[in-house]
Amino acid sequence: MSTTGTAGTVKERADLALNDDFLRKAVRFTTERLRNGKKKASEDHGNWDDWRERGRQIRLHTIAHLDYYLNIFTENARANGVHVHFADTAADAVKVALDIAERKQAKTIVKSKSMVTEELHLNHHLEKIGIEAIETDLGEYIIQLAGETPSHIIIPAIHKNRYQIADLLSADAGETLAPDTTVLAGFVRKKLREKFLEADIGMTGCNFAIAETGSMVLFENEGNARMVTTVPKTQITLMGMERIIPSWTDLEVMATLLPRSATGQKLTVYMSGITGPRRSEDGDGPEEMHIIIVDNGRSLQLGDPEFQELLNCIRCGACLNACPVYRHIGGHAYGGTYSGPIGAVLTPSLQKNVGEWDDIANASSLCGACYEACPVKIPLHDMLVYLRRRKVEAGHGNKIESIGMKGFSAVMGGSKRFRTILNLGKLGQKLVVRNGEIRTKLGPLKGWNTYRVTPSIPKKTFRDSWGTIEEEIRNGLQEMDPAVRSRMEAAVKNRDKGGHGHG
Amino acid sequence: MKVSLFITCMSDAIYPRVGEAMVRLLARYGVQLDFPKVQTCCGQPAFNSGYWDDARATASTILDAFEDSDFVISPSGSCTGMIHHYPKLFENDPVMLERAKELQSKSYEFTQFLVNVLGVTDVGASFPHKVTYHPSCHGSRLLGVKDEPIALMNHVKGLELVPLPFAEDCCGFGGTFAVKMADISGAMVTEKVDHVLESEAEVLVGLDMACLMNISGNLRYRNEPVRVMHLAELLYEGVK
Repeated sequence: MSTTGTAGTVKERADLALNDDFLRKAVRFTTERLRNGKKKASEDHGNWDDWRERGRQIRLHTIAHLDYYLNIFTENARANGVHVHFADTAADAVKVALDIAERKQAKTIVKSKSMVTEELHLNHHLEKIGIEAIETDLGEYIIQLAGETPSHIIIPAIHKNRYQIADLLSADAGETLAPDTTVLAGFVRKKLREKFLEADIGMTGCNFAIAETGSMVLFENEGNARMVTTVPKTQITLMGMERIIPSWTDLEVMATLLPRSATGQKLTVYMSGITGPRRSEDGDGPEEMHIIIVDNGRSLQLGDPEFQELLNCIRCGACLNACPVYRHIGGHAYGGTYSGPIGAVLTPSLQKNVGEWDDIANASSLCGACYEACPVKIPLHDMLVYLRRRKVEAGHGNKIESIGMKGFSAVMGGSKRFRTILNLGKLGQKLVVRNGEIRTKLGPLKGWNTYRVTPSIPKKTFRDSWGTIEEEIRNGLQEMDPAVRSRMEAAVKNRDKGGHGHG
Repeated sequence: MKVSLFITCMSDAIYPRVGEAMVRLLARYGVQLDFPKVQTCCGQPAFNSGYWDDARATASTILDAFEDSDFVISPSGSCTGMIHHYPKLFENDPVMLERAKELQSKSYEFTQFLVNVLGVTDVGASFPHKVTYHPSCHGSRLLGVKDEPIALMNHVKGLELVPLPFAEDCCGFGGTFAVKMADISGAMVTEKVDHVLESEAEVLVGLDMACLMNISGNLRYRNEPVRVMHLAELLYEGVK
């Protein structure tokens, strides 16, 4: 069963996933494996929070000086013989890529995994002008056969189990393939070999672009990106404008953080650094190389103190694997190219028009697991709240909720009103309380009571009882231990404004 | 020194026994809690939903209530965590911003105060039961309250602390999230309760009544007899 589709509301899309047991089981299985792997790899490495902070500082510095490093990168890449293009919008980026493909009279393009090309819907545009684009990452290949989009940043087919995958690949092969990982991967490997050899263009994304040498670096596990960047005569790389890091020394930190956070690997299987097209003494490589640097909404975050850190993201997917919401609804429910907590923030942030966002930012309990998992410490849980606030401020809040919040602040804005409402509540609940519990599924309690019972308000609230409690305490109070008193005095004395123990 | 109780609206209205347990337990150390009645709610429902004007109106009652307190103690990591958001909430109002920073610096979740300020890890309690612990997200991740409750439980005589599978996963409450995204929240709390039952504990303990109301609501819905308690209640019951 397919649960792809970006139509409808977040709730409607989430309901599809919640009713798809295959999907939920597959997502649970893989995210658990990945987050356990990450936990072990980060603990084994040691000083993980120091590494995270180092990674964060590198990203903060680079993004703060992005214009500077983009210039250096571009100059160096051009000196290496790379054609560097800048694209403001998705349409610009697509046009540059299509122009190159047409000029080369390309019939077939082999692609290694790239979320930016997903963001641009590039395969679709290539197909329209008759160019076959073939995904060569195993997961992406499966998704392409299924006519779906990736549901995870690094594990595109995470929502499918091996039986579903065997069905798809059997149809592709024209014969029944056993649901065995070796058999299935073997089939795809053989098939893709032919495609690598016949392709006119190799197309890649970019994990990191190194400013000091104008190089681009790819992390992968299957060797397909290395084939894509060595066999075809032309290479096109698409990169988000924020993929830059200053130096190879900085890459060491990123190479420590990224694979461990993504899959729990100490090292990715293939890490390729590519500095320009093939030189005369090289054994292989493309004769012509293009890098398309894509903005597509990214510069909206530059200079915005609440969202600039979003550009620090290194696309590891750790926040998806840690997220308890993603665990239950998978990636397609998020409705955009990017899913999970990062997607819930990035998708609306890349849009100019605040009114067009659906309620994706509401699909979070704000538990902060994403922030804790993030190797560069992006405060996604705070950003989700800022997005909600911006939507309300722009007049696109939910009308009923907005009336509800007015009521909330009217009641809670003064203790007398709060007390009056509590007393009214005690009277009103008599209609529905049985044995101290409310089980009715009527009205506003429907959603809550479909899964729970609601406790009732007791005869006496705390403020009702306070007078009695206070008197009893005063009469029986212990003498304070001098050691306790001096600890309290020290706490007051040493207190710095700005608090204690807040992450 | 003035040590004030920030009861939180939920404990005030629905779980007064939690506030009472805190008050009586701290009195054993000579700490007499003061309870300013002008306090209502920290404003978190409005803040998290994006209605910051409404959140400020509510948060003002908390700033007023604890203006001259030296310590502000609450039975909720989430509501204390909300106070840590006050400087952001009032960032454009210099006077309120100063008050917000001041309040933030003197606010403590219950176990933070007991363990880190008073220096108490053994309250002398006895509680001969199998207990599992749910670390609430805001308390553990945003305030960093991780070791304090464990240290307190490790000193309770007879208490057998059993691991909760996937303990750090959110229970699915998330305030208005539980209403707006009822089915996702329902899936999360159902799985949390599956894990509580898997732990075979008699008692589930936590530091936040919102999360515990959510989990116990699902336990009761499924007619499961696991007892749900705030750690303050457990400790006080253990010394009574």
